[in-house]
Amino acid sequence: MRLLLATLYTFILAAAIGLGSTWFALTHDAGFGALRIGSWTARPRAGTGGIDPYARAGLARSGVLPVALGDGVAFVARRDDQGRLFDGRCDTIVSGTTPAARYFTLTLYDPDGRLVANSLNRQGFTSEELVRNQDGSFEITIAPRARPGNWLPTGGVERYILVLRFYDTSVGVATRAEREAPMPAIKSMGACS
Amino acid sequence: MTRWLLWTLAGLLLGGIVHLSTILVLPRTATQDAYARLEPLTPVNTMTPIPGPTPAKAVLPFMDPAFAVAVCRYDLANGPMKLTAPVSQAYTSVTFYNRRGIAYYGINDRAAGRRTIELDLMTTPQHDAMPEEADVTAADRLIIESPTTTGLIVVRALSPEPALMPMAQAALAGARCRSAQ
Repeated sequence: MRLLLATLYTFILAAAIGLGSTWFALTHDAGFGALRIGSWTARPRAGTGGIDPYARAGLARSGVLPVALGDGVAFVARRDDQGRLFDGRCDTIVSGTTPAARYFTLTLYDPDGRLVANSLNRQGFTSEELVRNQDGSFEITIAPRARPGNWLPTGGVERYILVLRFYDTSVGVATRAEREAPMPAIKSMGACS
Repeated sequence: MTRWLLWTLAGLLLGGIVHLSTILVLPRTATQDAYARLEPLTPVNTMTPIPGPTPAKAVLPFMDPAFAVAVCRYDLANGPMKLTAPVSQAYTSVTFYNRRGIAYYGINDRAAGRRTIELDLMTTPQHDAMPEEADVTAADRLIIESPTTTGLIVVRALSPEPALMPMAQAALAGARCRSAQ
């Protein structure tokens, strides 16, 4: 009886730990080889045949087709530079410069990867559309209400994530530091509606 | 007390094994991966334009709305395939995904270096079975080896601003994938 109870306890513990950690890994975007620059995270290796098992399982679960390394690289941000999750009811400014690339696109999604509806029907910018400063840097205001300049509407959603994709770029598996890939800063402005 | 500690340790170890095996097995059991989502929309071995993502509807999550996309769901069981894709004005790329959605090869218009991107796709046994002379005369042809018999070829054309989307879609309309025979 004692043995049966102990075996049952071991199995239940194993199932809880094993399945729990798998669920946690898949919902928290776990994996190896992440390139973190500021608030941005990319996994260049996930766009190759050398993808790690966690990213592989993540793809199977989500149905995403990753950007291949020969095509470009995708950076994801969920939080601003102070570590706060993005809030679509507040103003957030993405500003600075980007690594060298032929084109880049910045897109706003909800946490499940769907586009967000808004009155302007604008879900992102390409590098060609941006109004830039004299030195080539740019400033994008992500806000629920209209703003001058490069305004990316949030549609007032509570949570969103940003994906910055670089096409035909030298950023890749070998990139290590900010010096090689200067990424734009993300600042919350505190103004919420 | 020590006995329970041992049982707990066994549970932790077994839990680790459960974790690793579920991570490894999951891709085989997935019913909603990219290939499965595209299957009802795309006839096999035919280049098919995929509707762009909108807030209401998207074929796949995290699609880049600035791109026009066409997909060829391939099956190499009956022999190699040939892909031709005209280059659009802005930026065009071709990505090869295996059955599990893993991008095993990607190339863009500049790397392809021509007005049309031309690629041959075959499995490793089919490549090995090719006569040697054919390989030599095909030196200017790019041969891609697919790790799986089935998979996806995705051609993407950038529309630098929303008004140029019809142009990107028109460029993709010229993309073809067909049997090499």
